[in-house]
Amino acid sequence: MANQDYPSFISIFVEEMQQQIIKETFQLVSKRDDNVCNFLEGGSLIGGSDYKLIYRHYATLYFVFCVDSSESELGILDLIQVFVETLDKCFENVHYILNELVMGGMVLETNMTEIITRIEDQNKLEKQEAGLAAAPARAVSAVKNMNLPQQIKDIRLPDLPAAIKDLKF
Amino acid sequence: MALRKVKGNLERMFDKNLTDLVRGIRNNKDIEMKYITQCMEEIKAELRQDNVAVKANAVAKLTYLQMLGYDISWAGFNIIEVMSSPKFTYKRIGYLAASQCFHQDTEVLMLTTNMIRKDLNSQNMYDAGTALTGLSCFISNDLARDLANDVMTLLSSTKPYIRKKAVLLMYKVFLKYPEALRPAFPRLKEKLEDPDPGVQSAAVNVICELARKNPKNYLSLAPVFFKLMTSSTNNWMLIKIIKLFGALTPLEPRLGKKLIEPLTNLIHSTTAMSLLYECINTVIAVLISISSGMPNHTASIQLCVQKLRILIEDSDQNLKYLGLLAMSKILQSHPKSVQTHKDLVLQCLDDKDESIRLRALDLLYGMVSRKNVMEIVRKLMTHMDKAEGSNYRDELLQKIILICSQNNYQLITNFEWYISVLVELCRMEGTQHGCLIARQLLDVAIRVSAVREFTVGQMALLLENANVVMGPTTVRSSIAEVLYAAAWICGEFSQLLSNPLSSLESLLSHKVISLPGYIQGVFIQNVFKIYARIVITAEEEEDKETIEEVTNLLLERLPHFTSSGDIEVQERATCLMQLVNSIQKGIQNCEKFSLELQELFAGEMNPVAPKAQKKVPIPEGLDLDGWINTPPSSDLDDDADDKEFFGNAFKKDLFTKAESNGDNSRKDSKEISEDELQKRREARKLEQANNPYYVKVSSATHSPKFQKHDNDFDNIPVTPLNLNVPLKLAGMTSVDKYLIVEGRQSKKHKKHKKNKKHHQASSSEEDVPDTLLVNRDIGEMPEGASVSDEEDVDTRPLDDPHRALDIDLDIPLSPTEKIPTRSHRESSNINNKVPIEENIMTSNIKTDIEKKSKKKMKGKKESKLTKEKRKRSKNVEKSSDQCNELEKEAEEKIIDNYLNNKSDASQSKSKELTNLELLLLEDNNNGLQQENGDSVHPPVEEIIEEKKSLDPVDKNKKKKEKKAKKEKKSKRSGRKESFKQYEEIESPKEYEDFKEEKLPNMKSLTQNSDIKVNYHASFEHPCTDLFIGFEITNQIMNGNIGDLSLAVQCLQSLQLMTQNSSDSILITPELSAMSSTIKQLRFQVDDDSIPLKLRGTFSYKLVLDILTSEGNLSVVELVEETASLYGQSLRHHHICLLAKMKSKSLYVDGKSDNSTLLANALDHLKQEFHRL
Repeated sequence: MANQDYPSFISIFVEEMQQQIIKETFQLVSKRDDNVCNFLEGGSLIGGSDYKLIYRHYATLYFVFCVDSSESELGILDLIQVFVETLDKCFENVHYILNELVMGGMVLETNMTEIITRIEDQNKLEKQEAGLAAAPARAVSAVKNMNLPQQIKDIRLPDLPAAIKDLKF
Repeated sequence: MALRKVKGNLERMFDKNLTDLVRGIRNNKDIEMKYITQCMEEIKAELRQDNVAVKANAVAKLTYLQMLGYDISWAGFNIIEVMSSPKFTYKRIGYLAASQCFHQDTEVLMLTTNMIRKDLNSQNMYDAGTALTGLSCFISNDLARDLANDVMTLLSSTKPYIRKKAVLLMYKVFLKYPEALRPAFPRLKEKLEDPDPGVQSAAVNVICELARKNPKNYLSLAPVFFKLMTSSTNNWMLIKIIKLFGALTPLEPRLGKKLIEPLTNLIHSTTAMSLLYECINTVIAVLISISSGMPNHTASIQLCVQKLRILIEDSDQNLKYLGLLAMSKILQSHPKSVQTHKDLVLQCLDDKDESIRLRALDLLYGMVSRKNVMEIVRKLMTHMDKAEGSNYRDELLQKIILICSQNNYQLITNFEWYISVLVELCRMEGTQHGCLIARQLLDVAIRVSAVREFTVGQMALLLENANVVMGPTTVRSSIAEVLYAAAWICGEFSQLLSNPLSSLESLLSHKVISLPGYIQGVFIQNVFKIYARIVITAEEEEDKETIEEVTNLLLERLPHFTSSGDIEVQERATCLMQLVNSIQKGIQNCEKFSLELQELFAGEMNPVAPKAQKKVPIPEGLDLDGWINTPPSSDLDDDADDKEFFGNAFKKDLFTKAESNGDNSRKDSKEISEDELQKRREARKLEQANNPYYVKVSSATHSPKFQKHDNDFDNIPVTPLNLNVPLKLAGMTSVDKYLIVEGRQSKKHKKHKKNKKHHQASSSEEDVPDTLLVNRDIGEMPEGASVSDEEDVDTRPLDDPHRALDIDLDIPLSPTEKIPTRSHRESSNINNKVPIEENIMTSNIKTDIEKKSKKKMKGKKESKLTKEKRKRSKNVEKSSDQCNELEKEAEEKIIDNYLNNKSDASQSKSKELTNLELLLLEDNNNGLQQENGDSVHPPVEEIIEEKKSLDPVDKNKKKKEKKAKKEKKSKRSGRKESFKQYEEIESPKEYEDFKEEKLPNMKSLTQNSDIKVNYHASFEHPCTDLFIGFEITNQIMNGNIGDLSLAVQCLQSLQLMTQNSSDSILITPELSAMSSTIKQLRFQVDDDSIPLKLRGTFSYKLVLDILTSEGNLSVVELVEETASLYGQSLRHHHICLLAKMKSKSLYVDGKSDNSTLLANALDHLKQEFHRL
C-alpha cells in the first residue's frame, strides 16, 4: 500500500487535479530505485521549476513533500524523518500529526517531543469529552476491529438499526 | 425520551465509522465504485440527523473520501456545522475536513468569520490551535481582512503553542491582505527574540518567506539575523537564516563581506550536512555578489569547491545531487575553478539517476571547449539513443544545442559537423524541440555562408524524405517545424540546390497537406522562389521545355492547396496560381520573365539580433494599441484572442524573423506592385496568426510509408547498421563520419588516457583555428538601438500575491495605520452561553442559506451548487417537522407577496456612517498613503485621491485625500458591522451641471447608494478660518434619511468651531427623498505648514435599523444586500431572519423554534414598514 502525504496547500487543487498529481507523483516516485537521489525536479503539474518533490521511502510507504526553493532540501529530508519517527511513536490519525508538523505549507515544529506532547494532549481532551457515553461505541468498534470472519460480517450490521426502529418504541 | 436516547446511541453504535469505511473499501476492491456510492448515501442520511456526533462521523468519512478524489463540496454546510460544535473532538474533525476541501473561493466561507473568531479567542488552547491550522489552509481575502486583528492579538498569547501558529498564519494573512503587513511587522519582528525556540523559528520562517520575494525591504533586519546566526544553535533556524542571507547579499555587498568569516567557521565546524550545504550555498551567493575586491576570496572559492567535491563523491545520491546543484552556481561566476573538476562531472553523466545526470548536464555547459565539443556532443548523443524517457531526451537535445550555439557558435569549428548533428537530432522520436532545431538550422544557414551549400543539400534530402523524418509519432512531436526551416532554406538559397526540380516536387507532394497550415504557407512561398530560380536558369539556357514542365507541375499541384481549409495556405496558393497562369500565357507569347523574377527575390539575408524586433522604433502617427475597427463587445473574445496569441507566439516570431525581415533587406525593388503584394501577404499572415477566428489545420499522422528513392542509390554511403537509431536515410549526413575523421585522436584519448584527458585538453585547447568564415555578430539591430539596454522588469506574474507585499517597512508607522478591528459581535452581551448560542446560530444560518438558494432557483441563474443545495434543503424539509415547515412557508409567502406588492423601497441598509477624511496638504508633496485605523471607526475601505488647486488666493496646491467608508451600527446593541463598498466619485462635469448655481466650486467628496456628499472649502483672511460647506443629497428614490449628523475628530491644529462640546453636529434631522441640504462648518487652522488630515463620520439611519430596533434582533452576518438577523425571546425561543434586498423590495425569510413567535414577529415588522 502506498501512502502519500502532501502539505495541505496542495488541496487548493480541485479533486481531479489532485488525484492526477498523486497518480503521477506516485508513478514517478515508485519507479525510482532506492539508490537514487530523493529529489525530483518540478514539472508543470506541481507548479514549475521552483518546486521540487522530496520523498523518502520506507518499506511500503512513500512520504512525498512538494517544496519550493525557500526550503532546504536536506532539511526537508530531516523533517520527513521526524514525521516518520513521530508516526512510529503514535500511529493514529496521520493528518493531525502532520498538522502539528506543517501548517499551511510552512514548517511549524521540528521537535518530536513537542509534537508528541501536543498530540497526546489533544487525544486526552477527546477522551475526556467522550466520557462514558463513548464506551459502548468503543466496545462495538473493538468488536469490529477483531477480524471477524466474513460470514459474520455478512449478517449486515447496518440493517440492525432499521429493524429496531420498526419495533416502535 | 430515555428510550429515544438509548435508541439513538444504539443506532450510532452500528453506524459505520471511518475505520469501517476504510476497511470496507479494501474489502470491496472490485466493486469500489458501487461500495462508495452506497457509503455516500449512508453519509447523506447521517448528515440529515440532528446528532452532532453522527454528523461528525459522517464528515470524517467524507474527508477520507475526498482524499480518494470524490467531490464533497456539497457538504460544506455540514462541515461548518461540525466545526461549530463546542466539543473539541468534533471541532477537530470539522476543521480537518474544511482544510481539505475548502479553498479561498468556497462560498460558505463567508459564514464562518464569526465562528472562527470565537474559536481563535477560545480559552481552550487546542480549539484555537485547530482554528489557526485550519484557517491557514482556506483563508480568503475577506477572512484575512476580518480576522487579521484577532490573529495579531494571538501573537502575544501566553502560550507558545498559539504564538507559534499565529506567527505562521500571519504570513497567509499578509498574502491575502497586504495592508496588514506594515502594522503587524513590528510585532512580528519582536517574535524573532521570543523566548520560545519554536516561536522564534516560526518568525524566522515567515520573515524569510517574505524576504525571499522582496529582499530589499528586509535589509534593515540584517543585524538582528546576524546576531541570531552567531548565537543560535538551532540548526533548523540557522538554515533558514543562512538561506535568507543568501537572498540579501546581492543587494548589499558589505553584508557579504561580514558574512564570509562566520560562514567559513560554520563550514569547518558543523557536522550537519544540511547546514554545511546551505553555508556553502550562501558563501557562493556572497562571492558572486562581491566578485572583486576581496583579497582572500579565491580561498573561499577553493574551500567551497573542495567541500562540494566531497559531496559529489559521496555515495549518498542526495549529496551528490546537491553538490552538482551548488557547483552549477559557482560555474556562473568562477568557471575556471569548476573546470578542474570536469572528470567528476563527466562521471556523473553516466549516473543511473536521471536527476543527477540532468544536473551534470547543466555543468557541462560551462566545461565545453573548442577542443572537446565534438567529443562531448557525441557522448550526449549516445545518451540520447539510450535514454528511455522522452523528457530526458528532450533535455539532452536542448543542452546539445545550447552548448553548441553559446556565444554565437564560438565553440564550433566545423559547421558541416554541426549541421549533421542537427539533422541527426531531427530523427529523435517524439521530441518537443522541433522549433529549436529549426531555429538553429536557419541561423546557421544564414550566418555561415560557406556551409550553405551543404546545408541546402541536407535540407533538400530532408524534404524529400519528409514522411520518414517525421515518422509515426508526429502527433505529439513538433519535428514538423524542421520542415519549415528546410523549406525556407531550400527556397532562399535555391541557386545552391543540386536538383531544384525534385525539391519542387517534394514541396508540392500530397503529403504536405497534412502539415500544419503555417508550414504549408511557407512551403508555397518557397515553391515560388524555387520556381523562379528554375525559370531564370532555364531562360538563360533557352530551355523552354523545362519551363513548360515546371509550370505545368505547379498548375497541376497548386489546386490542392487553393482548396485548403487554412486561409493562409489558400490565399498564397491562389496568388501563386494567378502568377503562374499569367507567366504561362507570357511564355506562350515568348516573353521573358527572368529579370522580373530575379528582382522579386533579390537581396542578401543577414542575421537579426534577438531583440531587434522589439527595438524597431514605432513610426510617428502609428498607434499600435488602438483598434482599427470597432472592438468586439464580448469579453470572451478577448480571452480567446490572448490564448491564441500566446499559442502562436513562436510561430509569429519565426515568421517575422525569417520572412518580413528578409523583405526589408531586399533593396531596390522596382516592381512596386509585386513588392507591395508581398508585404501585404506578410501583414496578412501576421494578422491571421493572431486571429482567433482563423482555423488552423492540425497536423495529422503520416502513414509511415518507407519509400526508396531509386535515383539516390548511387549516393548511398555505406553506413553501419545501427538498430538503436530509427532510420538512416540515403544521402543523409551522419555525425559519426566526422568523428571517424576528426575524433580518432580523441577516441584514443578516451580509451587509453582517460585520466589524463582533461589535462591534455585544457593545455591544448586554446587555439583551434576557424576553418570557415562565420558571422558571429550579435545580429542586425535597428539604427540607434543597442542590445544591452535592458529594462528592469518585475517578471513575477501579475497575480503573484508577493507583488502586493513589496511594501517598505522602514517608514515609521503613521498613527492611523492599523489593522481594522471589527467590534461586531464582541462579547459585551454574550456571556457564558456562548457555545450554545453559536450552535443554534449556525444551524439557523444553514436554513437561511437553503431558503436563499430556493429563491435563487426562481431566478435565472442556476448554478450547480444551488441545485445541490435545493436538493438538500428538500431533504431536510422532508425529514424535519413537516407541519411547522409548511406553516412557516405559508407565512413567508404572505409576507413576501405583501412586500412585493407594496414595492416600498425600504432599504435593507441600516444606519450608515460615511466616514470622510480630508487631508489638506500644503505644497505639492504627495502625502503618504494614509490609512484609517481608528478603532472607533474601523475598516479602511477605499482611498480615492484627487489633486486640486483650492484657493486662488493662496496659490497653493492642495491635495485632498478622501476616504469614504460605510459602517453599520446596530443601535441598541451597540454592535457594529461593516462591509465593503466601492465608492465612485462622480465626474466633475456631472456635478457642475447639477449644482452650478449654488456653489460653483463644489467638489464631490463621497457618495454611496444612499447619499452623496459634495463639499467646498474656502479660506477667510487671515487664513486661520477654513470654511467647508457640505452639500448632502439623499439619493434614495423614495425613502427618507433620518438623524443625519457629522462627527469630526478635531486635531490640535485644525479644530471645528461648534457651539457645544460634543463631537457630532446634527446636520439635518430628516432629509426627504431626492432632496439635498447644505451646511457650512467653520474650522480653525493654527498651523498650515504640515499636511492636515481631518476625519469625519456621517451617520444616518435607514431600514435595517428599524428591523433591528423594532424586532430586538441582532445582525449576525451582512453580505451585500442580505442580512441575517438573530434574536431570542424572553423565554429563550430563538428566531432568525434573513432579510434580502432585491430590486427595491425587501424579502424577509424567517425561522424559529416557535412558529407563533415567528408569525407575530413578522407581522410586527410588516406593520412597522407599513407605518413608514
